[in-house]
Amino acid sequence: MSGPMLQVENLFCERDDRVLFDGLGFSVDAGEIVQIEGANGSGKTTLLRILSGLSRNYEGEIYWRGEPIERVRDQFRRELLYFGHQPGVKALLTPEENLRWYCALHPALDASRVSEALEQVGLRGFEDVPCHSLSAGQHRRVSLARLYLSDAPLWILDEPFTAIDKRGVAAKEALIGRHIARGGSVILTTHQDLQGSSAVRAINLDRQGGT
Amino acid sequence: MADLLTNAAAEQAQIGPGGLFMATLRRDLLLSLRRKSELVNPLIFFLMVITLFPLGVSPEPGFLAQLAPGALWVAALLATLLSMDALFRTDYDDGSLEQLLLSPQPLFIVVLAKVLAHWMLSGLALTLVAPVIAVMLFLPAEGMPGLMLSLLIGTPTLSLVGAIGAALTVGLKRGGVLISLLVLPLYIPVLIFGTSAVQAAVTGLPLGGYLALLGALLALGLALAPLAIGAALRISVSG
Repeated sequence: MSGPMLQVENLFCERDDRVLFDGLGFSVDAGEIVQIEGANGSGKTTLLRILSGLSRNYEGEIYWRGEPIERVRDQFRRELLYFGHQPGVKALLTPEENLRWYCALHPALDASRVSEALEQVGLRGFEDVPCHSLSAGQHRRVSLARLYLSDAPLWILDEPFTAIDKRGVAAKEALIGRHIARGGSVILTTHQDLQGSSAVRAINLDRQGGT
Repeated sequence: MADLLTNAAAEQAQIGPGGLFMATLRRDLLLSLRRKSELVNPLIFFLMVITLFPLGVSPEPGFLAQLAPGALWVAALLATLLSMDALFRTDYDDGSLEQLLLSPQPLFIVVLAKVLAHWMLSGLALTLVAPVIAVMLFLPAEGMPGLMLSLLIGTPTLSLVGAIGAALTVGLKRGGVLISLLVLPLYIPVLIFGTSAVQAAVTGLPLGGYLALLGALLALGLALAPLAIGAALRISVSG
């Protein structure tokens, strides 16, 4: 496939009269990891929400596979996996029920792989435990299990490693590595250094805006 | 490649929206059943408001019977409104709403399933207990079919319209009061035709006309409200 997967041109966003970024432009190619860096409050989450299509609070152009994103919204949603600040896990449901509903939202996912994905994130034996009795890290692991289910080419991950133990982080990094090797792309924010991944490109928001 | 894509799209359409509707309905019912306090709240509220009338106005049977159609409908309306705020609140707080909005499936379907689940545990439950509570207000037996039918057709409209308010205010910290202000004026037509249907039933007049009007409001709500709810949710999450 030629051309970048996702292309951003001249992106401008302000929040409460404070310019977060102005004239921001970059592109994400297949097989590339883009790490959004910046201090707290520099607009990392805002940028990811704009890229995923959750926030329309911006000016500028975003292209998905060369087409304006507004015109290919449905196709884009099918090819996107978004891991937000809130994990999107219902505390009253069990991990399995949570993931099954997620599979219903994304018909391309194979619901029969749910238990396999839960085993991958180390939640085997917790399938029938309501999520409110899981620890914070396990809670996030339920949501991270979606990464094992997904075949979506673009992953947008907001702080995916928060509250995850060292071994878990290593497993997730390996998973991201496999995703990249398959030709997928990842846009993520994290305060940790990614290890073992070669093709990480950093975009720093601190130098944008700042007024 | 293009062939492959359209085939995949066709397959998705087959297992897609219907399955999602059932999955969402089951999920929301399950969530409500596991949070039992919220489940009985509308019913207890309904019962308590009705109890206030004999205490506060007059315990005289003839007077209460006259009051009954309006009082029952107002109490049912307020009970529905009370439970409205919770419809999207928890989904918003835990991030499920974001996932829902990023689904390639039509938002219309999910929203309709959520409202149906809400109605089954508020409006439908109120409809079923209404005759028992109506006896407390000495509503004549002839009025019961009118009461139940009007509530059965009228309360889904209340849930649909209330969900628009809930979707608009879900991003606000304290949206509860604002929902009432936004939505109550829109409830007035349902209230008018609902109480008229009960009064007509009590006096032995035909109530088909009122029920037809309630049905028309419901049809309008079913067709248009999910679109408004979806748009409102996108605005609330975008903010």
